[in-house]
Amino acid sequence: MTAPAHAGPLLGEPHGSLARSLVRRWWFSVAMGVSIAIALAFLTVPVVAIFVDVSPTRLLSSLGSSQSLQALRLSLETSAIAVATIVLVGTPAAYLLATRRFRGQALVLTLIELPLVLPPAVAGIGLLASLGPHGLLGGALAAAHVQLVLQTAGVVVALAFVSAPLYLRQAHAAFGGVQREHIEGALALGIRRPAVFLHIAIPIARPALLAGLALAWGRALGEFGATLMFAGSFQGITQTIPLAIYDEFSSDFPAALALSALLVAVSAAVLLTIKLLWTPSQPPL
Amino acid sequence: MRRPLAPAALGAIVCALALSACGGSKPRLRVSAAASLHQAFTQYAAGFQPADVRFSFAGSDALAAQIEQGAKPDVFASANMTLPARLFVEGLVRRPVQFAANRLVLAVPRDSSIASLAQAERPGVTIAAGTATVPVGSYTATVISRLPAAQRRLLEANVRDREPDVTGIVGKLTEGAVGAGFVYATDALATHGAVRAIQLPAALQPRVGYAVAVVRGSAHLRQARAFVAGLLRGAGRADLRANGFLVAAIPPPASGG
Repeated sequence: MTAPAHAGPLLGEPHGSLARSLVRRWWFSVAMGVSIAIALAFLTVPVVAIFVDVSPTRLLSSLGSSQSLQALRLSLETSAIAVATIVLVGTPAAYLLATRRFRGQALVLTLIELPLVLPPAVAGIGLLASLGPHGLLGGALAAAHVQLVLQTAGVVVALAFVSAPLYLRQAHAAFGGVQREHIEGALALGIRRPAVFLHIAIPIARPALLAGLALAWGRALGEFGATLMFAGSFQGITQTIPLAIYDEFSSDFPAALALSALLVAVSAAVLLTIKLLWTPSQPPL
Repeated sequence: MRRPLAPAALGAIVCALALSACGGSKPRLRVSAAASLHQAFTQYAAGFQPADVRFSFAGSDALAAQIEQGAKPDVFASANMTLPARLFVEGLVRRPVQFAANRLVLAVPRDSSIASLAQAERPGVTIAAGTATVPVGSYTATVISRLPAAQRRLLEANVRDREPDVTGIVGKLTEGAVGAGFVYATDALATHGAVRAIQLPAALQPRVGYAVAVVRGSAHLRQARAFVAGLLRGAGRADLRANGFLVAAIPPPASGG
């Protein structure tokens, strides 16, 4: 271990040379520089490797296979429906949590965020135990002729379950950041609560809400475990891109790589579109 | 003097990791095994003296793909003979040897009214099967291909879920998420009645053979060979038999390569 040997002279000699005082001044910056380099390499090399290992022709030909196209379409459709539902239901819920005080609020917040730390396998089991045919609500769903397992609707439910907390958390923080004077002032002027929510709180919180939407969408596009356990895997019905990737991994590694590159590209495109299309109208403060 | 604390803490963590990594004197043997071997192999490993056995259970095709991508477990046990044979040709494992056989069955949840393969062909019955590349899925494809065309179409139309390994199919069955599924006889047995096995006609039954091989480059060659030997004629064979695998008809083992 080299750290103690390095630290020794710095500690032992209070009146160091110029070089030593420079080291003393800069070591923290160097340490930070090294740590960001490690973090950057660790997080980007796997993504870069996917694209290095896939030839552009291979990527294009994977786009031509019906399995990839069906998986891509299903992924985009189910994640869009899941995210739209999350935004519609989650935005008012987050506004309420951020602007009202009530008993048990901390508990509600914790419960809403809980799925964030659940492993996907636990999410899958939980969904089966609650909404599966033998689950808590299975009988009620069957009576209402709602079937989720093995259905595209089940994929949407799984995606919404794992990605909703990301949006709710972000939206809660966003509305929490809207200054009280804005809301109270508007209310004092006689503006109705729904109008305050729609025309004051949402526009102010919009950049952060969009960031939350992007995070939730990215998570939904990448969901694997909960989808497989709850909705199953069937081409064109429940097999999203991540499930198709795992399917290909066992038989055709280059095809799995090409599909992975496709998923990265699509996810990046979704995130970029949200950023570029919807945020510039908000003037930077 | 606060600074020396950090290296000391780091040292403590490194020591703890080192201890947990090689706690005890036994070497650690890593075994990649087909998901259907879970119960039998776990029992076998509990009494396996030469090494501390750690498993990776998954679809045999995924485990083989990992080895082809450079993963180096010590032993690879597959639910078919073709994957180990392919890895042997590729020079990744030593000569594989068959150690057990199994049967494919149609399994249904305990309370199901389905009592025959024909009843699983009725419209509305959902069936889970393995993917095309996992052994349980390719055996299922064999079974279905041996049916008359009309029956084959009905059954194929009912397959609504393709699981990457047999564990997924059993899970869907026990949760009632599917009406039926093609699994191994041993999987149905291992659920202790949660799913019911429906035997397939002999004419449809595929040959389900399990092969095991020592992975080339294994750092624990002696222990890996002992593990394989136990499967062929020792405690492993008894555990396999106790869990419903067929071990009687196996020819005497070839040399371990």
